[in-house]
Amino acid sequence: MKSSSHHRYKQQQFGFSLLTIMTFLTIIPIAGVVIYILVLGAPAINWEFIFGFPRGGMREGGIWPAIVGTFYLTLGTAAFAVPIGIGAAIYLSEYAPDNKATRLIRIAIINLAGIPSVVYGLFGLGLFVLFLQFGTSILAGSLTLSIMTLPVIISTTEEALKSVPQAFRTVSISVGATKWQTIRKIILPQALPGILTGVILGLERAAGETAPILFTVAAFFLPRLPSSPLDATMALPYHLFVISTQVPGMPIEIQYGTALVLLVFVLSMNIIATTIRSRARARRQW
Amino acid sequence: MDKNITRRESIITFFIKSTGYSAIVFVGMIFVFLLLEGLPAIQKVNLATLFSSRWYPIEDYFGLLPLIGGSLIITLGAILIAVPFGIGTAVYLSEIAPRWVRDLMKPFIEILGGLPSVVLGFLGMLILSPFLRKLLELPTGLTALTGSILLGGIAIPTVVSVAEDALDAVPKSFRDASLAIGATEWQTIWRVTLPAARSGVLTAIMLGVGRAIGETMTVMMVTGNAPILPKGINDLFSPVRTMTATIAAEMGEVASGSVHYHVLFLIGIVLFLISLIVNITASAVVFRQKKRQERILS
Amino acid sequence: MNKISIQNFSLQYSDGTESLRNISLDIPANQITVLFGPAGGGKSSLLRVLNRLNDLADVIHQEGKVLLDGEDVLSPKIDVIALRRKVGMVFARPVVLPFSIRKNLTYGLEVAGEKDSDRINGSVENSLQQAALWDEVKDRLDDPAIALSGGQQQRLCLARVLALEPEVILLDEPTSGLDPISTGKVEESLQGLKQDYTIILVPHSVQQAARTADLAAFLLQGELVEVASGDTMFTNPRDQRTQDYVQGRFG
Repeated sequence: MKSSSHHRYKQQQFGFSLLTIMTFLTIIPIAGVVIYILVLGAPAINWEFIFGFPRGGMREGGIWPAIVGTFYLTLGTAAFAVPIGIGAAIYLSEYAPDNKATRLIRIAIINLAGIPSVVYGLFGLGLFVLFLQFGTSILAGSLTLSIMTLPVIISTTEEALKSVPQAFRTVSISVGATKWQTIRKIILPQALPGILTGVILGLERAAGETAPILFTVAAFFLPRLPSSPLDATMALPYHLFVISTQVPGMPIEIQYGTALVLLVFVLSMNIIATTIRSRARARRQW
Repeated sequence: MDKNITRRESIITFFIKSTGYSAIVFVGMIFVFLLLEGLPAIQKVNLATLFSSRWYPIEDYFGLLPLIGGSLIITLGAILIAVPFGIGTAVYLSEIAPRWVRDLMKPFIEILGGLPSVVLGFLGMLILSPFLRKLLELPTGLTALTGSILLGGIAIPTVVSVAEDALDAVPKSFRDASLAIGATEWQTIWRVTLPAARSGVLTAIMLGVGRAIGETMTVMMVTGNAPILPKGINDLFSPVRTMTATIAAEMGEVASGSVHYHVLFLIGIVLFLISLIVNITASAVVFRQKKRQERILS
Repeated sequence: MNKISIQNFSLQYSDGTESLRNISLDIPANQITVLFGPAGGGKSSLLRVLNRLNDLADVIHQEGKVLLDGEDVLSPKIDVIALRRKVGMVFARPVVLPFSIRKNLTYGLEVAGEKDSDRINGSVENSLQQAALWDEVKDRLDDPAIALSGGQQQRLCLARVLALEPEVILLDEPTSGLDPISTGKVEESLQGLKQDYTIILVPHSVQQAARTADLAAFLLQGELVEVASGDTMFTNPRDQRTQDYVQGRFG
């Protein structure tokens, strides 16, 4: 009896150590990636790099148009994906009956979430660029990215709405509020932090994607800022891709510098979202 | 005043309802469009060619097998990495780690999930690839193996977060009952908790698979992009090309309406269908588990 | 005339629970009518019919009439929103909205479209006075309502209903989570309120029913077994089942 439990404890010790090592092996590369890019990219960062325009076939100067382009694309994605996404989540959480049609909607959302990003690019090319003749434009890119971002926004918003206690709805109805009044005055405000977190995380992904914008919006050497939604634009992810694979003689610091700027762009959204989430949890009134 | 409120309310309800159904509309649109542009490929290229193993569009060789094979071998490799590390990390975070470790590590893993794939491909190209080339003495570092490792890393956050949620959802009473009979925590994890979270863990794996199959930029940058049909385990050390990379690499150079153009859309249909199957299966598994749990708990 | 007249009312939910069978009951104005009985008897369901709150539930069969001041509240022509302001409800667990104390009280008027701020502010003090809560919270009306104790929260819920100037107040086991002192305060408020309102109470114990009832109705498994005045019901009920329940032989 004694030796059997001794054996089992040894087994447990071994197993625990193994899993701990595995986890750290997973975590360390993440930290490594961030630190590596930080260290190797920092030398390239100066005022001209961030705010200047590219020169000399991109081998000199700055990446300001790419930064602006990514910013516009993120805004454009938000403009379409946020209203539709939140609306759909409100429908699923507050209105949808428990029937086949609702199940179909959920299956559709799961599918949208799983479609490879390059297939979104194909779709965007076919529909927005060619068929609707928007051309290679911020409009086409934003529309493509927004459909891709919908599933994330819908699912996190729905979760945020569902986490608001059902009792609030019952009480609100019992004092004579309508359904929409209840949603607008109680449910949405209480779910707002969770919704914001989901939106920001969704937009963070959209900002970092390359494949959907490859054929729908991205231009490589465009040394001026876009002036309308129908313009093509540079964008950070696409820029990094091209300068690291297609331009011979590209100085390595510029490559790392671009990677760093993209990383900072994306990670700061992550940090904002996480901060909103933890502060809201502390201030909850239920 | 009441009439106005009712009218406004029904307009708002209508808008909300339409956004709800919009998801179906979008999926339908995507599928229809892919079909419209992809099916002509079947007319213009006979099926035998499509199933051949030579992909050389310039000379009208449109064999899809090397591309499908490329995607498969890389996904397989990615799964072999993502599953042990992903599930292992999930188990560690959910069952073993103290609270503060877990609260520290979860955001870290979320960060990895948010890293743009082009950044990972960039680093893979500059660091991992030469490293593997020297380590394994290969002619080139741009191989299926490099791609698998990177894709495994990309899939891990998905696997970890879904699996960890599933493990977390296992009722405490299960664990308590097992410990009460005298099992160690280790035994409890593998004999009780993990089987109880089985469907959630399976879902996590399938979602990881979906992520891996769908990756584009990373594989474009590190797998060498040589459309050669992988035939055995040794081909893990040679370059391959995935379906996704093919579309991304060649779409910019085709003439709209050409045969090549349509074949690329056809590949898009294949990718769409694969992700459809993976995701519907994953959600059906979750649905059935949820029903079973509801019956048990009611 | 009776304030509420329930005529041959029957109800069934889709899962078969808490159904009501052929209930006929007249509820007089300005009195406390108590609906008591063992769990599952249909008391909550009957309450929720009166403010049409069970529209939210899964009802598969419903027939009969429920008249409020002579009008059938079940008719589709009825303005349900207005009905719910006229017939207010206090629930078993105190549920305060995630706002300040003041906003909890003004919420009902806000959604009703009331814009007159004098009326709104007046109703805040008025309703808190009626619920015997004014002295305790008058200095912290803008504090979050969640900071109040359980008993205070429940009296806030009562005040919330009173702020809408209803005619009928429904209370579904309002003191089930409260300590005896808070329970006493709520019961005391009800005695004061019945002069201006019609009160229908589902008590959480037979003793509470006996303490508060002017009129008592015994519901057993969806059936109305007996109706009697508060004095007679608990000392000398007619039906054997009522007697058994009142004396604690089952429940």
